Amino acid sequence: MGLALALEKSGVPTIPVSTHVFARLAKATALAAGMPTLRNVFVPQPVVGLAAAELRAYIEGVDPIAKRPFMQGVIEGLTRPLSEEDFKGATFERSTPRLLEPDTEDNLQALFMRNSWTDFLPIILPTEERVERMLQGTRRARAEIVGRMRPTAFREAWEFDVEKVAVSAVMAGARPEYLPVILAMAASGISARSSSTNSFATISVVNGPIRNEIGMNCGIGAMGPYNHANATIGRAYGLVSQNVQGGSVPGETYLGTFGNFLNYTACFPENEERSPWAPFHVDEGFKANESTVSTFFGGWYTQSGYGPRATWKEKFIRCLTADHYTPPLIVMDPICARGFADLGFTKRALIAWCAENAKLPARDYWDDQWVTTLDRPLGVAGIEPFASRLKAAPDELVTLYTPDDIKIVVTGGETQGAFKMFSGRYMRAAPGNFLGGTPTVIIDPWR
Amino acid sequence: MAAKLTVHDPRGYPPQVVGKRLANRLESLDGKVVYLVDCLFESSDVFMAQLQQWFAAHLPAVVTRIIRPRASMMDDPDMRATIAAQGNAAIIGVGL
Repeated sequence: MGLALALEKSGVPTIPVSTHVFARLAKATALAAGMPTLRNVFVPQPVVGLAAAELRAYIEGVDPIAKRPFMQGVIEGLTRPLSEEDFKGATFERSTPRLLEPDTEDNLQALFMRNSWTDFLPIILPTEERVERMLQGTRRARAEIVGRMRPTAFREAWEFDVEKVAVSAVMAGARPEYLPVILAMAASGISARSSSTNSFATISVVNGPIRNEIGMNCGIGAMGPYNHANATIGRAYGLVSQNVQGGSVPGETYLGTFGNFLNYTACFPENEERSPWAPFHVDEGFKANESTVSTFFGGWYTQSGYGPRATWKEKFIRCLTADHYTPPLIVMDPICARGFADLGFTKRALIAWCAENAKLPARDYWDDQWVTTLDRPLGVAGIEPFASRLKAAPDELVTLYTPDDIKIVVTGGETQGAFKMFSGRYMRAAPGNFLGGTPTVIIDPWR
Repeated sequence: MAAKLTVHDPRGYPPQVVGKRLANRLESLDGKVVYLVDCLFESSDVFMAQLQQWFAAHLPAVVTRIIRPRASMMDDPDMRATIAAQGNAAIIGVGL
């Protein structure tokens, strides 16, 4: 859609072809780009995986949105003279008010739900008093711009300030002392409400002294509903994201086919005290006494197991190769981590082992919709490691990840020596990572 | 009667929308160069190949050229420049 808008702007008449499930999104995107009369045509969903004859039938068939022959829409779209409406474009302000019209609690609760400003769990209404109290959690000025956020790369980014973050923090039930963490999450520029059709979620890990200062739980049930700070900080990140970026509305600003339970809340601290290794943020170059929050984009798959038993290598390889588009965030209970340490593994060495041994035949590696869509063009352009994977013979084993792709975090209460592998891409700028932001943000400046 | 509350609007600040007009349309596609942009989503290449065959069979006076960006979901200014310099129209698909 962005390409169509750019080409139209440079004088080239253009017709974007989309599948019909994206019709509302196409309209909303064109409107937000100031080109509401952009001419679109649609074919039925799906296109992926269809044979040539089936796609030819789409071309010779009927546009399911316009209810006219598909090719008639294409040809008319490129040749039908512009009308007065087309010439105008659409310039308009879209300001949002600071305060809403006063109303009863019931009516406001209904309004927030109707406008999709909630996650459909009960919210705390952000009254002036509550927001004021929340703002006591930071020294930063309420009107200071925190950043910009968007649901996906081709949508326009919306700006937001400290007060807007505080508003959603109130709604989530967070306390003022959590606000610096939530501000740091928002400052990452990475949305916890991605509109990807893959239903991704954003998982956050807190490191450093603030974990204990605000009473986060890195022990038993660290990733479950057993701690106020863990639960409401993660929830606040989601509410901030959907509200400051201009929405997360199915069909318009959210396209994830399944949705994801991790979208409700997915935030936990590292159990630094019980880990045999340096904390995650120290691995990434931050000081141990700095408090940070790191974001991982994924939640597409979860693999679990115990370790390290005698057969851990086979088990790890099965988990690491079960899916291969998003790399793993490996979360270990301290018992499991110490087991690996007792085998002589540093964290770096274990990550290196994973990267070295997570391999698939090239045929299987490339037989994946997203690997084909996103990574193949990078390989064709000669960008490593994709180029080497592309050159490999079909039966040749190719590595799936580089050591930089794989991250390990230790958390949990030592009731089980378990590990989990979440799909979780550390969102730094890299080839193929078109949604990159600042994946680790220091919390302290937001206090 | 229930008391009324004043609450904050949780939405961020959207950028101003600046209207842009569409490009002038062509009187006819005959003799014109239409770029078929394969946006690299899986099966888009097959779709565009079929579209090219359709033009060859039904509107042979239209010159079609398939073109691909360097990467999915990223702007490719070189490709855009090629289309603008050498093409008269573009069909982009399949996806957003």
